[in-house]
Amino acid sequence: MSARVGIVVFPGTNCELDVAWVVEELGGEPVLLWHGDRSVRDVDAVVVPGGFAHGDYLRTGAIARFSPVMDAVTEHAAAGGPVVGICNGFQVLTEAGLLPGALQKNTGLTFVCATVELEVVNTRSVLTQRAELGARLRIPINHFEGNYVCPPDTLRALHDDDRIVVRYVDNPNGSIDDIAGISNEAGNVVGLMPHPERASSSLLGSSDGIVMLESLLAASAARV
Amino acid sequence: MKYAVRIDVTHVPGVLDPQGATVERALPALGYRNVSAVTIAKTIRLELDADSPDAARAQVDDMCQRLLANPVIERYTVEITESVTA
Repeated sequence: MSARVGIVVFPGTNCELDVAWVVEELGGEPVLLWHGDRSVRDVDAVVVPGGFAHGDYLRTGAIARFSPVMDAVTEHAAAGGPVVGICNGFQVLTEAGLLPGALQKNTGLTFVCATVELEVVNTRSVLTQRAELGARLRIPINHFEGNYVCPPDTLRALHDDDRIVVRYVDNPNGSIDDIAGISNEAGNVVGLMPHPERASSSLLGSSDGIVMLESLLAASAARV
Repeated sequence: MKYAVRIDVTHVPGVLDPQGATVERALPALGYRNVSAVTIAKTIRLELDADSPDAARAQVDDMCQRLLANPVIERYTVEITESVTA
């Protein structure tokens, strides 16, 4: 049975079809979830994709976190279900309190759109289970607010509990400790600024993101 | 009673303020070499009905903590006055 992957769509989300395409390519079943829905139906995993949910008004993700669907996403996460936030989705997950810290404006106030190199620093998260520890992945980033920040005790906890998932090899945005993505303690909730779905075919310049989405599908199928 | 509320949302000290830093670097280029500690804040103004200034302040605090500011990177100050448009 193929994994059903719910993809949350807010007004202003713009990467949902890219994620759906890769999920389908990899044999999963994408299910678009509207932000006004009160449930995530019977999906095995949830992806909160990139974009500009609610226009990024007030702060990125600040309005989106109060959408009705987010209560269901939180319940899904609490039950151990895989939840992945990509780019704007990562910002939404931090605002929702599903992941610690916050994403602030990039150092130098520049919007960065580039393919960057990531190092996989943890292979127990739902997004990296099939990757090799220390592997270098070329994945695009595309953001203004990707500069991860958190209080010192949170950073210590992220280290001690092995919750940093991917780091930038060459820090593009000022992110603390070169952090590109983190997880919750259990590893089932992951947020990252880079877009693995945009590195899913050699036609796009890199297919290094495939291993991440394969990991997610495998983790989801394990729950089917 | 209707109250006018002004909320200033600023960065927590120690958190990078890239906009403030950029402006601080730009001012000396115009000859202003005695400027430091530039920060760029967000101001939110609103009006609300409440029974007392204390009740208004309590509600504004609640709104700031839940939505208007992110305590991880921001702090806020609140100024409440009786609204002249009431």
